[in-house]
Amino acid sequence: MWEIRFHGRGGQGAVIASKILASALFREGLYTQAFPSFGAERRGAPVAAFLRADRAPIRVRGEMAGADHLLILDVSLLALPDLLKGYRESGWIIINSPCAPLDLGFPLHYRVATVDADRIAWGLELGSRAFPIVNTAILGAFARASGLVSVECLNDAMNPFISVKPERNRKAIRQAYEEANLSAPRPFEVEPCAQG
Amino acid sequence: MESLKAGAQVIEGNTAAVIAAALARVQVIAAYPITPSSPIVESLSDLCAQGKLQARFIPVESEHSAMAACIGAAMTGCRTFTATSSQGLALMHELLHWSAGSRLPIVLVNVNRALAPPWTIFCDQSDAFSQRDTGWMQIYCETAQEVLDSVLQAYRISEEVLLPCMVNMDGFYLSHTAEPVEVPDPKEVDCFLPGFEPRFHLDAADPHAFGGGTAPAPYMEFRHQMQEAMEEAKDRIVRVGEEFGRQFGRSYGLLELYRAENASLLVVTSGSITGTAREAVDGLRDQGLAVGLLRVRFLRPFPAEEVRRAVSSAETLLVLDRAVSYGQGGTLAQEFKAALYGQDRLQIFSIVMGLGGAPVTRQMIEETTLMALERTLDPCRSHWLGGTI
Repeated sequence: MWEIRFHGRGGQGAVIASKILASALFREGLYTQAFPSFGAERRGAPVAAFLRADRAPIRVRGEMAGADHLLILDVSLLALPDLLKGYRESGWIIINSPCAPLDLGFPLHYRVATVDADRIAWGLELGSRAFPIVNTAILGAFARASGLVSVECLNDAMNPFISVKPERNRKAIRQAYEEANLSAPRPFEVEPCAQG
Repeated sequence: MESLKAGAQVIEGNTAAVIAAALARVQVIAAYPITPSSPIVESLSDLCAQGKLQARFIPVESEHSAMAACIGAAMTGCRTFTATSSQGLALMHELLHWSAGSRLPIVLVNVNRALAPPWTIFCDQSDAFSQRDTGWMQIYCETAQEVLDSVLQAYRISEEVLLPCMVNMDGFYLSHTAEPVEVPDPKEVDCFLPGFEPRFHLDAADPHAFGGGTAPAPYMEFRHQMQEAMEEAKDRIVRVGEEFGRQFGRSYGLLELYRAENASLLVVTSGSITGTAREAVDGLRDQGLAVGLLRVRFLRPFPAEEVRRAVSSAETLLVLDRAVSYGQGGTLAQEFKAALYGQDRLQIFSIVMGLGGAPVTRQMIEETTLMALERTLDPCRSHWLGGTI
């Protein structure tokens, strides 16, 4: 089973991103389960979303203690003490940042990918200057780094979740896929980690 | 391993309920939004406003009024739907009795949420368990797929036995969790669930009254008929569940057994805890322990006979309750103790857990099962597990 955790701020689209990725991974042939951190969401406040993917039907429910991959939609969330809690070092940390992965101060063996998703979203007029909507861009970078999902499946999966500017969101996925900076070469195959 | 079906969509439990209501071609929806069932009400309202669903959506000012409107609509012979949660269900209480007493086949999706105070929006099943005695049939679902399938079956069963049916899904664990769900073809659903043709309904051309005053003796008879309808429903539930399986490939019954063969201990669950409990049972079986699972699908009618058959070779039951009856203990545990009265070889332990969204993990279930196997729990009281206790 793969466990994937999303961290964003209310309004960036982290919860929607988790659903798009769940639908895309399902199209890739995996069973999936996606859910937000339960409770009230407020614009700008930290939010989390969770995704399980497995080759077998997923029965376990409730919050995940660990994460194989982390998708961080706002770099300022790195200041939260528990942000990397449970991170299994075989997976990727995808961060919305203009910096190079090695400039973010992670241990050198972490697999880190950065993408300037704010700039991509501004360029495509997704969201506003103050609140760029970066969820589709972060998914493009995840596709590139993890190799778990194709851009085509993300495009197909986006449809019921994003009714506004679908073409620009497709461009954001593609652009982020191409522009993502990876700290390490992508392994030939990312092995699923033991179930949490 | 089950195969992934091409027609499946990754949707939330709430969306599954909306699709089911549309597939059932409901004619009247009266509802008032409340977390975590609001998305059901909002989506159905949208679909009606856009003309995508040929139903009348009646916006109301409270859940009490929602059920009152459903009762009026159902009396005219319409297929009627509503959804609510927690405080909303509690506010409906009086009219839950009224709708069941009027023998109206209304289907209600209740998204299980704990009751306040202290204020909470998170899951437990106390809201629905406390409506146990209203005369409504009650289904508890494990997955979003089961929510969709159960709403369709609920109309079939309700319209045959003339009792309303409450389809329960755990708040957030099902309502807000996206997972693969097979959405059946509308034409196939029409074959399984044709339009509702009531035996009795309000008709200006052929006047009848519903719910008039009555003397003590016939009142007793009306209530006895409800009890008989509940008994009759057990057989219908099994037959409808099997028929559904033949048509759509997923069969359902009053209860479900998992790895129960030769089990000396059965973990008893209802709702979304079940999936996590299956993982725990697998883990304990891997250790060579004879542990299985019994999932209650219907709380009302309570399948006492099926339960007695299912536990015939077990020595211990561990009943996991996401609800409590204060001053007594786990509600589901009481049901099992009542159904199994006189079977003295059985030890029944009661666990109260997961109230108000408190996490229930595989490890918690495994650990408490080991304690039950070692008989280190007290059978005379409920054990509370989790949270800050």
